[in-house]
Amino acid sequence: MRPDRFWLRITVLALVWPWLTAADVAGNFALQQIAPGVYAHPGAIAQADAINQGDIANLAIVIGERGVAVIDAGGSVAVGRRFLAAIRAVTDKPILYVVNTHEHPDHVFGDAAFAETGAAFVGHKNLPRALAARGPFYLKRFRDILGPAAIDEVRLAAPTVLVDDRLELDLGGRKLELRAWPPGHTDCDLTVYDPQSRTLFAGDLLFTGHLPVIDGSIKGWIGELDALAALPATQAMPGHGPLVEPWPAALADERRYFATLTRDLKGALGRGDDMRRAADVAAASERGQWSLFDVYNARNASAAYAEYEWDP
Amino acid sequence: MALLRNLALLGVLATGAAAQTAPDSWSDIKKQLFSESSIAEDDAYVSLDAPPRAEDAALTPVTMKVHVPAGDARHVVRLSLVIDENPVPLAGVFTLGAKAQVASIATRVRVNAYTNMRLVAELSDGSLHMTKTYVKAAGGCSAPATKAPDEANAQLGKMKLRVIDDAKPGRGDFVVMLRHPNNSGLQMDQVTRLYTPARYVDHLAVYQNAELIFSVEGGISISEDPNFRFDFARRDAKTLRVEASDIDHAEFKASWPLDGKGS
Repeated sequence: MRPDRFWLRITVLALVWPWLTAADVAGNFALQQIAPGVYAHPGAIAQADAINQGDIANLAIVIGERGVAVIDAGGSVAVGRRFLAAIRAVTDKPILYVVNTHEHPDHVFGDAAFAETGAAFVGHKNLPRALAARGPFYLKRFRDILGPAAIDEVRLAAPTVLVDDRLELDLGGRKLELRAWPPGHTDCDLTVYDPQSRTLFAGDLLFTGHLPVIDGSIKGWIGELDALAALPATQAMPGHGPLVEPWPAALADERRYFATLTRDLKGALGRGDDMRRAADVAAASERGQWSLFDVYNARNASAAYAEYEWDP
Repeated sequence: MALLRNLALLGVLATGAAAQTAPDSWSDIKKQLFSESSIAEDDAYVSLDAPPRAEDAALTPVTMKVHVPAGDARHVVRLSLVIDENPVPLAGVFTLGAKAQVASIATRVRVNAYTNMRLVAELSDGSLHMTKTYVKAAGGCSAPATKAPDEANAQLGKMKLRVIDDAKPGRGDFVVMLRHPNNSGLQMDQVTRLYTPARYVDHLAVYQNAELIFSVEGGISISEDPNFRFDFARRDAKTLRVEASDIDHAEFKASWPLDGKGS
């Protein structure tokens, strides 16, 4: 290369470098204020892929006088880093806690981005077991989806603060109320309630727009809906769906889907339909009401069929 | 038991040797399972129904049907279900009771990769007949086993009988269900870096009175909570009995009274 070309390239690179790195880090990572001291990021309503880098779950922060609680970290370390940079653009208070609402990759793969912040990681008492049991499988599966480089960065560390039933996190003049639930979406579901803004961060116990995914117990989840509805929030952030939903009205669609699925499956079982036939047609009336219906409904139906077959 | 374990070992070794997308896994498997016997590829005697694309690789429904044409004096003695690309390709060997006239058996299996799934029937004259179907799925054998482990452990060994009320006169359409994790031994615990030990049901047999309806020698390809639906000839039996055991030598037994038409 001729020397003058070389230096030309270096100069151009030096000039654009801040934009390249900044854009990669903080730029374009939406962090929207949904209440005083509460900010949230909308995940894409989609399956994880190399383009969205696993940015498919809603994430949030709550800021107190002493510091910040982060609610879920995103579906890759890249997303986690962009989230952290966006948080830093809004507050320089220390990150006190990273709460993982459950073990799914789109909520926990970003945890490593927060490792150096000194935050304590918080989860349901079953989360360490779930991460240990499922971690290798998720890492292997998402290696093809997100790429080896993305997966090599992921660290699935067990939380040090475990929630057995209820726990309060003091952010300084602001206390978050955490609650651990029996098996529903998964067997380590956690919700976070901010009384100051009356906002409930429901994790994946609430889906709106995006079909609910059953990876725990349909009976358990249905059994919890009334207790969830009774929480004194006026607004809620679902794990997937628009950032702010009225509470408890936001539960209506999910309730209806579960009721329809249950009715159809119990009918199928009563008629002697086998699992494959039942999964093909159960809850078909719900197809137009949800995104990603054809991705998840038949799998939900298979799991729920197996559950109802044992436990009508 | 020993045979299946040896085959399991062979299966694991074979998969190690063959590449993940070996174009002809079947020819090795065929030699191991059936040595040099000839196998007719036709669906004259057996059919195999499985979804072309599994919704849940760890819980893929399959139905095996047996139909010996009227006038043919032979009957099907044994069914071998093979999933070519699974770590242990032999998913189960089903022995059919001589008098039970079993017409179909349905169960759920784990499918580890896109694969041919085959059903080989051995008839009473020793002839072998095979049908096959292709299933797209991945990761079924190493997938996280149980959605709610505490509940599963509390229930381990429970059995249930479902009588489907649609059978023709003289026939029964029953489902026998056993709560069991059927651990494949292929799930790695991330913390200890050890594999959760294999613990699967290797034997299950269903009798009406003292007569065998069918038995299965199973392996890790059978899904969690083994579930078998079977269509068979009722022979005025008063009792349905199930006996099962797993590789830890735990035994599971249950029986149910049968009345004239339903349980």
